[in-house]
Order: sequence, then C-alpha cells, then structure tokens
Amino acid sequence: MDRDLLIISTTCFLAAVVRTAVALRAGVFRPGRFNFLAIGLGFLFQTAFLSIRGHALGRCPLTNLFEVFIFLAWSVALIYMLVGPAYRLSLMGAFTAPLVVLLQGLALIAPIDVRHPVKVPANSSLEFHASVSLVAYGAFALACIAGVMYLVQERQLKTHQLRSIFYHLPPLTDLFTAITRLLWLGFILYTVGIASGFFTGRPLPHVQVVAAIAVWLLYAAILQGRYFRRIPPKQIAALCIIGFSAALTLLWGITFSAQTHSVP
Amino acid sequence: MNLFCIGLSHHTANVETRERFAGGAGSECTLRAAGCAEALVLATCNRVEVYGASEKRVSTEEIAQCLLQNGEVSDRGHSTALPFYRYEAEKCVQHLFRVASGLDSMVVGETEILGQTKKAYKSARASGAVGPCLHRLFQRAFRVAKQVRTHTEITRGSVSVGSVAVDLAQRIFGELGNCKVLVLGAGETSERTARALISRGVSDLRVSNRSNDRGQELAQRVGGQAVSFGKWPQQCREIDILIASTSSETPLLTPTNLGPMLANRVDRPLFIIDIAVPRDVDPAVNEMEGVYLYDIDALRSVAEQSLAVRRQQIASAEAIIAEHVADFLEKISYELNRVSRITGHPPVADSSLHASQL
Repeated sequence: MDRDLLIISTTCFLAAVVRTAVALRAGVFRPGRFNFLAIGLGFLFQTAFLSIRGHALGRCPLTNLFEVFIFLAWSVALIYMLVGPAYRLSLMGAFTAPLVVLLQGLALIAPIDVRHPVKVPANSSLEFHASVSLVAYGAFALACIAGVMYLVQERQLKTHQLRSIFYHLPPLTDLFTAITRLLWLGFILYTVGIASGFFTGRPLPHVQVVAAIAVWLLYAAILQGRYFRRIPPKQIAALCIIGFSAALTLLWGITFSAQTHSVP
Repeated sequence: MNLFCIGLSHHTANVETRERFAGGAGSECTLRAAGCAEALVLATCNRVEVYGASEKRVSTEEIAQCLLQNGEVSDRGHSTALPFYRYEAEKCVQHLFRVASGLDSMVVGETEILGQTKKAYKSARASGAVGPCLHRLFQRAFRVAKQVRTHTEITRGSVSVGSVAVDLAQRIFGELGNCKVLVLGAGETSERTARALISRGVSDLRVSNRSNDRGQELAQRVGGQAVSFGKWPQQCREIDILIASTSSETPLLTPTNLGPMLANRVDRPLFIIDIAVPRDVDPAVNEMEGVYLYDIDALRSVAEQSLAVRRQQIASAEAIIAEHVADFLEKISYELNRVSRITGHPPVADSSLHASQL
C-alpha cells in the first residue's frame, strides 16, 4: 500500500519532467501551473507515504537506504515549496522534479527496502539528528539546482546563444542570491544535524564523523569564499553541484555502512 | 448584416498613401453617414483599416472617400488603383484576430498593435459607433491576442538592438534601479540605449566623452552626470553596465587594462554593450570571469534569433486564431438565429455563415 503511494508520487513528478522535456523540445518552454500542481501533488503522496511508514515503524522512517532516499526526496520537495515562490516557483520545479524522480526511481527499483528483522527502537535524539541532516541535504540539493540554473543562464549569456529557457530563467544576480541563501540555510541545518549527532547516546563510527565533517568543511569553505568575495559566482555555482554530489555520496556511505554493521 | 474590413497597410501601401487615408477624428461618424450601422477606424503608422457592419453593401470607394484627409477627392474612376484590401465575414474576423495578435505587423509578434486596437475600440465606443456586432468581434479579438501571447512564443525576446541590450541587462541584473551605468561616447545610438535603460529604472548614469562639452550636454539631456574622459577607467570599478560608442580606432578596453579594474568586484557581473564601429572593446574581454560583452553584431544576432523564433510560432498562432474564428462565427450565427426567431425574420440556413452574411 505505502509503495503504491510512492509510485503515484513518482508519477506526478515524472509528469512534470515529461511536460518540461516536451516543451523544451518544441522550443516553447513556458513554466506554468501544471508543474507546480504536479509537484505539489507528488509532495502530498510522499508525505502520506512517510506518515504511513512512520506509523508502521513507530519512529521516524529512516531505518534503511530506501527510506533515506525517500526522506531526502521529500526534503528537496519541501525546501522547494518553501523557497520556490521567491525564485520563479514553476521554473525551479522543472529542475527539481528530475532530481526527485531520480531519487525515488532509484529507491523503487533498487532492492534496498530491507526491513530489519527486529523492530528498531525509537531514539528521538538520533531521529532528530538524521531528519535535520536530511532537510539540510534538501537545501543543498536546491542550492545545487539553482547552481545548474545559474550555469545554464551564464553559458547562454556568454555564448550569445539564447534558447527558449533563457527567457524563463531568473536573472543571474537573483539566482546567485538564491544560491547564497540556500547554502546558508543548508549549512546551519547541517551544523545542527552534526552537533546533535554527538548527543545521541550512541558511539559514532569514526569514518562517518570524518566524512560528515569533511562535507561540512567543504560547505564552510564555499560560504567563506562567498562571504569574503574570493570565489566568483560561477565557481560557487559549480561548487554547489560538487558539494551536493559529495554529500550524496557520503549519505549513501553512511546509510550503507549503518545498514551493514549496525542498526541505526 | 454585412461585416467587413477595408483598409491598407504596410503590405499594400507606402507611407505617403497611408498618410493620405489616415482619417480624422470624425471618420467613424462619416462612415455611419455612408451607410455603416457600426464602424471603427484603426489607424496606426503601419495601417489604416475600417471595420464595419452594415445592412447594405458599402463600397470600398465610399470608405476610401470617408477616410481621405482634408476633403481631398479620391479618383473614383480608378478604384482598382487604390491599394485597399477588403475582407468580409469570416475573412474579416480572421484578419482582425491576426492584426490584434501581431501576426500582420511589420515586426511579427509586436504587442503595441494590441494597445492601439484597444484604444481605437475605446474611442469608437465612446463616439457610439460601435454596436453589438463590433463589440463582440473586438472583445473576442482581445481574448485571442492574449491567448496567442500566452500559449505561443510569438512575443519572445526583443527584436531591435536597443531593446535587446536592455532586455539582456534585465536578464543579468533583474531590477535595474540599483545599476550604475557609464556611457562612453556621446553618440546618438548610445543616447538611445541610455534612454532605454533609464526607462527601465536606471537612475545612476554617467557620461564620459572626449569632448567634455558634448559629454556634459548628453548628461544634461538624460539626467546623468558628466565624467571627464581621463577618469572613465576608474569608473569601471563601480559600474554595472558600460555602453561604449566612441570613434576610437583602437580598442579602449582590453583584458589587460580591464583585469585590475575587476579585482575588487568578483561577485558583481559587468555587462558591456559595445555599439562602436570599429569596436571599443577587445572581444577577448568576453572570456573574462563575470564579464558579458555584446557588440553590435551580437546584439543583432540575438534580435534575429528572437525574430526567427517568432516566425516559427506563426503556425501555432494561426491554429489558435482558426479555432476562435470558427467558434466566433458559430456563436454569432446562433445569436442571429435566436434574434430571427424573436423578431420573426427568416433564420440563417445553417450554423456556419455564408460570405458577407452575418
């Protein structure tokens, strides 16, 4: 039942992706209400899935890689819903939907929805640590998406080849402001997430701690470069993509090792 | 009731001829006197058209006579020589929808024509020359124009060099209110571009010219501030947009001299509009981080790209128009049948309208 909700949710996001792809192919990309509605609907089904799964588990549904991917996709959609209106909602949705489809599609296809043989006991501080960190990942994902949008816009301006999408992307300076704010939001949440990890009452694997701090340092360096105006906007946009890729790899590593070695 | 459109446009007549028939404020009243039950004159720099509805057929010559300025007498014996076109019923509806949507304009997809059509409608309505037939027709035309604009890319981008430059500035900076602009050279083109930027909110404008007097004159005209020519490089550290149009034989701005100026503005883009020939800015400057250089050819190329996209969209726009023409004719013939049932006049034979009968 809960997987059906997830399939419906993925279909909603996929509809937004297909519509955007068709429009871009026809050269008449025009963000409209459809994308927003499709993503909104997809988000509702995601929420319903997580809620049902959470009730069944009796805790925050973050017990395996499958649930982590879905929670991450939900965080991306959530942050998009929160910040999208300020930065051309429907257009950012056109970039957000493919990422959500990728995450949910992978989760649905790969055999990673492994249930623990024994019921995992609830641990509020661990759940807080995991969920806040994942919402931070959502903000980093959106910063990554805004970074892609920035690079697309910048490239077209440099080459003087202005495609249909150019006229629907936000101005460069607005995109850069969005990137900066999303980076700050993600960084603050991630800091809270990491700090709360030390108060879970469980010993933390050394490798996970080092990797998490490495990602934290990477984002700290990006923000420091931005704050002191040492890194140009184009490089910050590119670093957002690199940073999120690194964070995603780390997330997979953490969840995978937690799943194979111990119960989270 | 005959619904018709008689007119001339940039397709059929030169500007001199269009001027002759530009009509006067009282044209609609004259047209009504000539037998039109309803009449509306749409006169712009590219077209003079009369949209009318009449019980009996009104000839093209009669309409032309009404439109002539200053009591001039038209050559009635040579009506075929007049560059007028005449559309009736379905063709008339289709023509108006195309005109309002900008498909018949000199620059395809321009939106000014819609405003002009609305103005003409408002004026004719105020004078009482518009009745139910033209009212419905024009209301539908406005709806069609809006739909065409929303559902196609017919109005995408800018198609003139000046507006492309301003459009690009907005794509880089968003709101232009906080942008600082330096105009290098006091030529006519740079003045036009500067004015276009001012019209979009730019308030901090500086002018630098070799001849200080001309620079000051331009600064005064556009409400800017004159800067001596020797000091323009320092300005590059502060400004966001540079319009270069001097008559210098060698490039004034190269990566070598621009590099140090950009050192303290890593996070602020610089948009350079080089409209000088020969160019004032070395093309290699475009390779620099955060610098977006558009010379006259690049601006023209963007304008042409936009125009090409607009042309590609004509088919989609025509499809929308065709749907509306069919729907409009069906609705209006239904209403005519309804009216005939009430008044006892014979009804229209079928739902579609025959030429010249509405």
